[in-house]
Parts: sequence; structure tokens; C-alpha cells
Amino acid sequence: MIAFVIRRLGQSMLVMFFVALTAFGMFQYIGDPVNQMVAEDATEQEVELLREKLGLNDPPVIQFFHFAVKAAQGDFGFSYQHKRPVADMISESMPATIELATTSAIFALLVGVPLGVYTGLRRYGFASKMVMTISLIGISLPTFLIGILFIYLFAVILGWLPSFGRGDVVHIGTWSTGFLTVTGIKAIILPAITLGLFQMTLILRLVRSEMLEVLRTDYIKFARARGLNNRAVHFGHALKNTLVPVITITGLQLGSLIAFAIITETVFQWPGMGRQFLQAIQEVDIPFMSAYLVLIAFFFVIINLVVDLLYYVVDPRLRIDRTKVAGHG
Amino acid sequence: MYKALVGVVSAALLVSAATLPVAAKEFKWAFQTDTTHLDPHGHNVTFSAGFLGNIYEGLVRRNEKLEIEPALATKWELVSPKVWRFHLRKGVKFHNGNDFTADDVVFTAARTLHEDSLVKRRMATVDKVVKIDDHTVEFHTSVPNPILTAEWENWHMMDKEWAEKNGAASPTNLNKGIESFAGRNANGTGPFKIVERTVDVKTVLVPNPDWWDKPVHNLTKVIMTPITQDATRVAALLSGEIDMMYPVPVQDINRVNANNGTSVTVGPELRTIFLLMDQLRDNLLGTDAKNPYKDIKVRQAVYHAINIEAIKKKIMRGLSDPSSIMISPKLFPKGNSIKRLAYDPAKAKALLAEAGYPNGFTTRFDCPNDRYVNDEQICQAIVSMWAKVGIKANLTAQPKAKYFAQIGRPNRDFHIGLLGWTPGSFDSHNVLSNLHVTWNEKTSQGRFNYGDFSNARVDELTEMILVETDAAKRDAMILEAYTITTDNVFYVPLHQQALAWGKRDNIEMRQRADNQFRFFWVRVN
Repeated sequence: MIAFVIRRLGQSMLVMFFVALTAFGMFQYIGDPVNQMVAEDATEQEVELLREKLGLNDPPVIQFFHFAVKAAQGDFGFSYQHKRPVADMISESMPATIELATTSAIFALLVGVPLGVYTGLRRYGFASKMVMTISLIGISLPTFLIGILFIYLFAVILGWLPSFGRGDVVHIGTWSTGFLTVTGIKAIILPAITLGLFQMTLILRLVRSEMLEVLRTDYIKFARARGLNNRAVHFGHALKNTLVPVITITGLQLGSLIAFAIITETVFQWPGMGRQFLQAIQEVDIPFMSAYLVLIAFFFVIINLVVDLLYYVVDPRLRIDRTKVAGHG
Repeated sequence: MYKALVGVVSAALLVSAATLPVAAKEFKWAFQTDTTHLDPHGHNVTFSAGFLGNIYEGLVRRNEKLEIEPALATKWELVSPKVWRFHLRKGVKFHNGNDFTADDVVFTAARTLHEDSLVKRRMATVDKVVKIDDHTVEFHTSVPNPILTAEWENWHMMDKEWAEKNGAASPTNLNKGIESFAGRNANGTGPFKIVERTVDVKTVLVPNPDWWDKPVHNLTKVIMTPITQDATRVAALLSGEIDMMYPVPVQDINRVNANNGTSVTVGPELRTIFLLMDQLRDNLLGTDAKNPYKDIKVRQAVYHAINIEAIKKKIMRGLSDPSSIMISPKLFPKGNSIKRLAYDPAKAKALLAEAGYPNGFTTRFDCPNDRYVNDEQICQAIVSMWAKVGIKANLTAQPKAKYFAQIGRPNRDFHIGLLGWTPGSFDSHNVLSNLHVTWNEKTSQGRFNYGDFSNARVDELTEMILVETDAAKRDAMILEAYTITTDNVFYVPLHQQALAWGKRDNIEMRQRADNQFRFFWVRVN
């Protein structure tokens, strides 16, 4: 078990290394960072000087080497545009992204699971059919469009919720949270729903199909034959088994929620890492881009590791020592 | 009993009326981006310089008609052709209470020329800055420079003692990883000071009670929030969450005007949009075909084929001013005597035939897609206009980060392309020396003449214009230079863009043609 964890962490190092290497290879095709930093009418000498100072004339391999050495020591350099440490920028914006992603995931679970159970149990009902049809909207409309529609409906026409920003935040140590203020809570509602709508639809359909399948199995039939009431059968037995794949999917999707909140953050002007990353691409802010990509690679690996461990914990069949089983053949 | 009640109630009302505080006039506004950092010498982005222009000040400033006025200097004169003497305003204090004196000017000049400064050009032609006394400074220039102060509105004065005490004596050095204190902290002489700041989220400013000038504004607090997404920014204005924002996307102008309580203020901008052509290479880059743009008839044909009024009406929705010269007529009114080449596709075809292209020719056409207003759409329209006269253009539209790297030196990778230019000094010499003069690697003159055409008389005139102090003679030389360049069709000027600023109806503000927002002119009613 410990060996498993250590092997996985080693793999994560390898993953991050390759992500960084690929990213560096691509940076030369994004554009010229120096052009974004100097005045429109800067002289040739100024531009060359800056290029030299930033080490941009070195071959990509050398540039990568410098980056890797510094990154290993935790130094991700200074942002070209913001002129301050990238590590500072990320630590300031990470709480916003994490809060948004987890709120979206919770929304997706809290709405998706009950609805999935309901539509699984009453699959021929009218309400079920309505839910399924409307859920198609969650999958087919792009996040961008959903976000803008929400803003126009709830902020401009109804005026109930803010159209942008995170509201007032409270700083606890290095973390900034929007959950402790009224404006903060109001501000997270629309972005979380926008971001979580796709997840929710996914979970809803997954739970529904799992429920339908589980309800047909033998042990459910036997539980009913035993005389257990509906509630015990549905929630005591069936639901527990449907949840295992849901956990796996949710865990994996959490990583992509964090990474791809980019669009939602931009639409709602949410001060998270994703929005900063998009800006960094437009401005060719290479230090920020490299740090972000490496960080996201790390998140994905850790989340996958946790999901695998959870699987191990939740499913007793995996805990049996296989060699013993094989030996008994 | 009843009388007593009335008495109590009226007393209460009177008391509350007497102690009624002056209504807080908060002003909330948004722009596409934030000022990434506060160091006046750390960037040369128009928006940031404009924003800091509310907190810091220069020796001179411009009013809403862009005319130069005294600011931290009360008057200035030429004591000899190459020496300017500036008399500084007395009694001015920085936000931290320090006095503004000649030492601060000398310090700021030195910091401007620091190797990590990105605004060295503010001190172009200046050899020496000499303190005469606490309120008099002399600038010695290497050549006579009649427009020395042209770019000084945003040359912001910094407090020497504050900078040296707090580790802001030099701008941020990215390489060594030493952040300048001035990046996150501001200490100016201007009408507003920052009280709260979270980059990319919110900046809060309050008026400076010790400002030397009389405020036009009636604000008690200013809150700036960047909102990148166009639709979100429009929504925030419509919902009343912000009082003003810019830019308003062209397609939303009618919407904001139609909405109850908001309106859009449009005005001409100083940026000229134009086409540039490769006039150096013998063959079109990447092909064996002869370079058609070296022939003036082809350049004229390209010009005649463009229906600029259609572009104005359909693409810019009326928000552009077709231009005949490479600078806004607001900055050079005599340029109005030069006329555009008329839209005449028949003539274009005839000219092409005369030049040896009876069936037209094929060319690449490169444009940015995120730099100028509707840049990509303008290029697409031009492609179809050219197709009517036989010019087959293959359009490539790219983000500015890639586009400028490609067409700029040393690559010059283009056949014909779209570009825009605003002279930072609001003066024609900037346009001529950057865009029209023969490229000189040593002096960096003509650096942006990517087409690499060359005209000896234009070069000669530009040098004379730099040092000519008689305004009438200078304007005549500038007119001659523009006449030569337009007769030769070295560029195809298109138009000046327009500005669109959105605001709530209870806001009064002044719009500047250089797109800089001075909220110290805003009144909330």
C-alpha cells in the first residue's frame, strides 16, 4: 500500500516533467513576450536588451533547464506583465478557483444524485421525462453561453445577483474565502451553477442508469422477496452500489473543473487562476503559463491518486490479497 | 399629548436633517484590464499611464481637447536653443506629505533613464537635467527640440525621499527578481490616492485633500474593477452595478443607449488604421512572383478598390472617420486639404492592367484579430472588395502576440498587412520618423516602416521638422511631407477609429480622444 503511494508520487514527478517539457516546446509558437512588454515605438536596442536579459535568446533546451532547476527549488520566477513573483500571484488566486470548483462539484452532487435516483425509480413518469430533456440543455449549451444567459437573467433583468466578481472576501491566513460574507455567497451562486451544470447532468444520467441496472439484479429481487420495504431496498442497498462509479467520475471531474474553470472565470470575472492563465496566454507571459501548467498537472495526478485510494477503500474486493486467491486457484 | 407628540416628531426630524451627512458620491467604473502594477516607469501601456495620471502628475498636463497646460510646472521658456528652463509650482505635496521640489524632478529623470525603465523615450534628446534652485530646473537637449513637453503629460514625478527610503529607487528588475516597492505602492501629487488594491480585482481610491488644484469632480470614493469579458461588462453597466465602463463593443452601443438610465458617449480616437505593403523585396516573400507593390499603379489600384464608406457603415457601424493622411486631422488640421483617392473599382482594374496585371494577382494578406476595433472584419471586407478588381488575397488573421512578432523586424514576414498607429507625442514628427523615414539600424529611425520604402526628401524634411521652432514653417514642412507620401501611396490610410464610453445618465464626464480616462473630471449627480 505504501509502496503503491510512493510509486504513484514518483510517476507524478514524471508527469509534471513531461508537461513542462511539452509546454516549453510550445511556447515559441505563441508569440513574442517582449513585444507585449515594451512600448509600441520602442527602439530595436531596447527590445534586444530586454530579450537578452530575460534569457529569451537561449535555445529552448537551455531555457527549460533554467526553469526546471529554479522550479525544483520552488522559484517560478517573476511574471513578465505583473512584475512580481508568479508564486504570489497563484497563491492569491488559487483560493478563488478551489472554492468555485468545490462549490460546483457539491452543487452537481447535491442536485445530480437525488434527481438521478428519482428519474431512475420513476423512469416512466412525466416529471422524469421533463428532467431528462432539460438536462440535455446542460450538456449541449456551451458554458460561455449559459453564463451570459444567467447574467442577463439574474443580474440585469431581475437584479437579484451580481454579474461579476467575487464579492467581499475574508482573509484567513493566506486563504481568502467568500463564504463568510453575504456578497461573497451571492457572487458564487451563478458561476458555481454555470460551471457545475455539465457535471450535474453527467452525474444525473450516470446515477439513473446505474440505478436502473442495479434494480434489475438478483440481490435486489431477493431483498424484496425478503419483505424489505422500498426505502430499505432503494437507499439501503441499491444506492450504495451506484455510488462507487459516481465517486470515481466526480473525483476525476474535479480535476477538470479546476483546470477548465477558465471560461466560467472569464465570463464572471472570477479572480481565479484560470482567468489569469487566459490573460497570460494573450500576453505571452511565459513564467505564469509554465507555473500554471505544472501546477495543474500536479493537481490531476494527486486527485487521480486519491480516487484510486478511495476505490481501494470502498470496494472490499480489491483489498483481498490476490496472490493468496491465485494460490488457492 | 397630541401636541407633545408632534413636538417630538418635528424635533427628531430637525435633528436628523441637521446631522444629515453630505451624500457619499461613490463612482464605480470598469475597463477591460487592470493596471498590472503601479510603477510609472515600469510600463508604457496607454491605459496604465492614463490610470496613474489620476494619482501621479507630470510637469505639464493636457485638457480634454488635448491642449498642453501647466501642471507641476507653472511656466517654461527657452533660455537658449538647446536649454529649457522650467519653473516648478510651489506648495505642492506628495500624498505622504513630502514637498515636491527640483530634487524630485532630477531623481525622476535619472530613474526614467535607468536600464530597467520602459519609458526612456520621455527623456529623448535630453542630455542633462540641472537643478538651479528648489523650484527651477533646466533641461539641456542635444538638438533643439520644440516639442520637448509633448510626451510629458504621463511623465510622472516621483518623490525622491520616498523612493530611496522604500526600495523604489529603480524599477523592477525581472531578471534578478527584485521587485520595486513602487510596483504595489503609489505616492504621487495627484488628485486621488489609492487606499485599497487587489490586482485584477478591485482598486479603491479617495480624493487627495491637499491637492494643489481645485477639483472639478464631486467624488468621495472611486472603485475600479476590471471586467475582461465584453458581455459581462455591458451587463454590469446595464444592471447598475457600475456607473461607467469602456470600451463599449460596437455591437452593444444601441443596446446601452436604448436601456433606461445608460448611454454611450462616442468620439473620434487618435489611432489611424492603415494598410502597409512590402516595397523592398523584388519578389513577393515565399513566391517567385514579381512584387506588385513596388509599382505605384498597383498601390493606387489597391487604394481605389477599397470602399471606405461601406466599411464605415457596415463594419464600424458609423464609428470611424475615413482618413486621407496617416494622422488624425485633429492633430494636424492642415491635413484636411489632402483628399483620399476615390472608391473606383473600374479605375483600379485599369491601373492594374497598365501595370501589367490585367487579370489581377494573388497575394497574402495578414491582419491581427484582437488589437484594433473590428480588425478582422475590416480585412475580410477588403478581401471581397479586392476580389472584384481581380486581386486574390489569402487572409490570415492572428492574435496580436503572434502578428506583431511576424511582421516586425527582423522577420518582415508579410506581403500586405493591416496596422494602426497613435503618435504618443500627438505630433506629426512621431508619425513621420517612425513610419515614413528610411530604416536606419543605428538610430532606430523608421523602425516601424516595415514596408521599407525610401524617399530622400521625406527623410530630409523629417530631420528639419524635429528642430524647427517656427510653427508656421513647421506645419508647411509637415504638409509637404504628407503630400509626398500620399502622392506616392506609400501606405493606404483607412480611418481613425472611434471611442465608445458607456455611462449612467447621472454621470458627467469628459472624453479624451486618446482614450485616457481622467476620473477627476467626473461628477455624480
